[in-house]
Amino acid sequence: MNVKSDQTMMLRTPFHSRVAAACELNDWGSWKGYTTPRAYNDVELEYFAIRNATGVFDLSPMNKYRVTGADAEAYLNRLVTRDVSKIRIGRVGYTVWCNDVGQVMDDGTIFHLGENDYRICAYARAVDWLQWSALGFDVEIVDESDEVAALAVQGPTSCAALLAMGLAGLEQLKPFGLTSFPFEGETLMVSRTGFTGDLGYELWIAPHMAEALWDRLFEAGKPHLIKPFGSDALELARIETGFLQAGVDFVPAESAVRSGRSRSPFELGLAWLVDLEKPVFNGRRALLREQAEGSRYRFAMLDVEGNKPAHNSFILKGGNKVGTVTSAAWCPTAKSNIAFAQIEMPHGAVGEELVAEVYYQRELHWTRVLAPCSVIDTPVFNPPRRRATPPGPF
Amino acid sequence: MTERHDIVLVGAGHNGLVCASYLASAGRKVLVLESGDSPGGAAATREFAPGYSVSSCAQWLHQLHPQVSRDLDLEKHGLQLAAKDIASVLLDAEGQHLTLLGPDVRGDRISSGDIAAYHAFHGRTAKYAKLLAKVFEARPPKLVESNFADRLSLIRLGLGLKMLGRDDMRDLMRIVLINIYDLMQENFDSPQLKALLSLDSVLGSHMGPRTPNTVFGYLYRRVGEVFGYQGVAQVKGGMGALGDAMAAAARAKGVEIRLDARVSSIDMVGDRAGGVTLASGEKLEAGLVVSNADPLTTLAGLLGYRNMETGMARRVSQIRCRGGAARLHLALDGLPNFTGLDAQQLGQRLLIAPDMNYIERAFNAVKYGEISKAPVMDISIPTVHDPAAAPTGKHVLSATVQFAPFEPAGGWEAHRADFTERLLDLLAVYAPGIREQVVASELLTPADLQRDYGMTGGHWHHGELSLDQVMMMRPFPGASQYASGIDGLYLCGAGAHPGGGVMGLAGRNAALEIIRRGAAA
Repeated sequence: MNVKSDQTMMLRTPFHSRVAAACELNDWGSWKGYTTPRAYNDVELEYFAIRNATGVFDLSPMNKYRVTGADAEAYLNRLVTRDVSKIRIGRVGYTVWCNDVGQVMDDGTIFHLGENDYRICAYARAVDWLQWSALGFDVEIVDESDEVAALAVQGPTSCAALLAMGLAGLEQLKPFGLTSFPFEGETLMVSRTGFTGDLGYELWIAPHMAEALWDRLFEAGKPHLIKPFGSDALELARIETGFLQAGVDFVPAESAVRSGRSRSPFELGLAWLVDLEKPVFNGRRALLREQAEGSRYRFAMLDVEGNKPAHNSFILKGGNKVGTVTSAAWCPTAKSNIAFAQIEMPHGAVGEELVAEVYYQRELHWTRVLAPCSVIDTPVFNPPRRRATPPGPF
Repeated sequence: MTERHDIVLVGAGHNGLVCASYLASAGRKVLVLESGDSPGGAAATREFAPGYSVSSCAQWLHQLHPQVSRDLDLEKHGLQLAAKDIASVLLDAEGQHLTLLGPDVRGDRISSGDIAAYHAFHGRTAKYAKLLAKVFEARPPKLVESNFADRLSLIRLGLGLKMLGRDDMRDLMRIVLINIYDLMQENFDSPQLKALLSLDSVLGSHMGPRTPNTVFGYLYRRVGEVFGYQGVAQVKGGMGALGDAMAAAARAKGVEIRLDARVSSIDMVGDRAGGVTLASGEKLEAGLVVSNADPLTTLAGLLGYRNMETGMARRVSQIRCRGGAARLHLALDGLPNFTGLDAQQLGQRLLIAPDMNYIERAFNAVKYGEISKAPVMDISIPTVHDPAAAPTGKHVLSATVQFAPFEPAGGWEAHRADFTERLLDLLAVYAPGIREQVVASELLTPADLQRDYGMTGGHWHHGELSLDQVMMMRPFPGASQYASGIDGLYLCGAGAHPGGGVMGLAGRNAALEIIRRGAAA
């Protein structure tokens, strides 16, 4: 065979040279066609870097769409479920967007970069939907996915590490705030956002500056125990803090093939993102109807007894199946066994006691456990440091 | 203080007037707003040269529904026919014409075998047209929601199909999706007969004989027979007289009609359509807005894409609505001399389309944005039956001309004179000397028809009549049963089921649906 090991059909992020050098396990996964590490050396150590020091995650494959023009705000307000006029310049807002039948197509964040200037960060490719949505609006939609490299810098010492890198004044940035710094002749945009539920930032920069940024960050972060982390550690952190993952906890509506497999924002526990006061937005008519007639499912966060993650479990009530688990993990910091489940209405109300049918294997020996679980109303990991401004001097 | 109305209806086209009349009969207060200076929409008469007037859009009456005519009492309100049971004559340069009326066809060049074959064909297709007519007379059923009335409609349709008998049902299912060219080839030999029926199948559409859906187009036209028309009829005073009669009928029922009142936008009040703004700046509030304008004008133009959800905006933007028909009006200082036709025969429907390939080639041009080199014509000389349309002894010729693109390369002004010349040359083949008789002429292109009659693309039917845009898919999926997809806004024009053609059913069905929904509308 004459195939060189670096010949692959996978795309590489602008940080690839640094990521590959750090990826001791050579354990790669695919994220939207980009080769990204599942783990660098040890999932637990990477997870604890997020929770106790600083973890760094390459999120360059994230889809980024720039929306500019006189109608940018009106356009976004018709596109997404929440009121975009409340996201001021220099702020970031989390939202979902639906199709006409009120089913969630994706969740993501909207960055209000300037007057009539926004960026959408999305899990799914969305350029066709965004272009169709532009009919009748004076807006320009540009797919910037490959033009912006991004790193998530997450954990209690992340602010200190970034201050040490020279981002003076960063400690004043509030959660969901957005600011910029000069960086070697370019602009480094920093948002106080993340997917870990901890103190954390995301750094956005032109791809040709990616390696320089990585090097400066890891140099400055050394005393703060900085460490790269892969998607497996991120999975633990996001479940612990109650974040949904598109494609895992729901099927993006426009890629669902089978009828009834997509979900509305109400069914995903995201009613707080839906502003029905807005007169027109995608999905509104269907969501009003759902509100009147009732939802099919309820999103439930479950505290499961024992320490066996309830991966893919059926959820039972009185012996009958009433739901299924979409995400599950033993959460190390909260020391809780958490599962996200889709529960058939009317079950799944907060406080309700259910049973998770958990299967696990030890050395080819399968065991079935009927683990009692209860529906909880808040994530088990939600520390004050996540919100403190300025962050504590860790 | 803004005026508040029960129902504001945009456009005093024939369907708008029919809809308003039915609504008023049910006790609703309706204000009709018309941008032009006369009611009737495509049912219009206009003086195009001093002393010469013509039906400037639709020229024949052949599908007006008898129930609509009775309910509006149109005869009492002034509707008179100048002639009816008018035959179609496919012109031949040597005068060996083919004449067709109902099941009968005759001509020097048609075989007895074809005459018999046509008789049989006519009888069989009459049954299909009858089934179609039934479907046209009610709102289209929705397929997904199991509403009792809709189920009944579907059962009736299924039963109707079944009642055709096994052979006819199988034949209808086989042909309804195919093209008229193939159907003609398998039934007839006469190039003239095949051309005449093909022309009827593609009139007013953006299709050639080989385009799928053209058999449906043919059956659509044949529905007129079910409604009592043998051949076509001519309205005394031109089609505008029908518009006037409908307006008089509507006013008699209490409808208020404001002419010269152009609606510039349909306005949302919260999440409902709740009024309109006029070009004058005046704002009117309404409990319901009903639009007789075509769906693209109504939704993309007057309402605006930003007031609808993305999926709906996408479907609206994809409505196929390209017209391919132009209108030629000639003022003549005498009766033209068509080879092989006497003076009285000139009152018939005269067609230029020698064979099917001729029509196909004429259509080929518009596919590429070009003007047909040898177009197809559907000609009337209304002054034969109705001399008042021109000064004494003078005549008017009006023709529907296919195919002309909406926007030819270089724009219409670069082509208008050439195209008129081309049409005169073509007419002179069949009526030598006609050039010398022309006193004045007017060409209305699809762009002109859009401007004068508000029809997007200049399309007669306010949206192509193809199988993806009829029944519950008309004007687009999700907006059937006359609801537009926007609360408080209904469609009552040709863009809604069943379609156009001065039939009046879209207006009637829409009104019945609004009445049925009552306060929930």
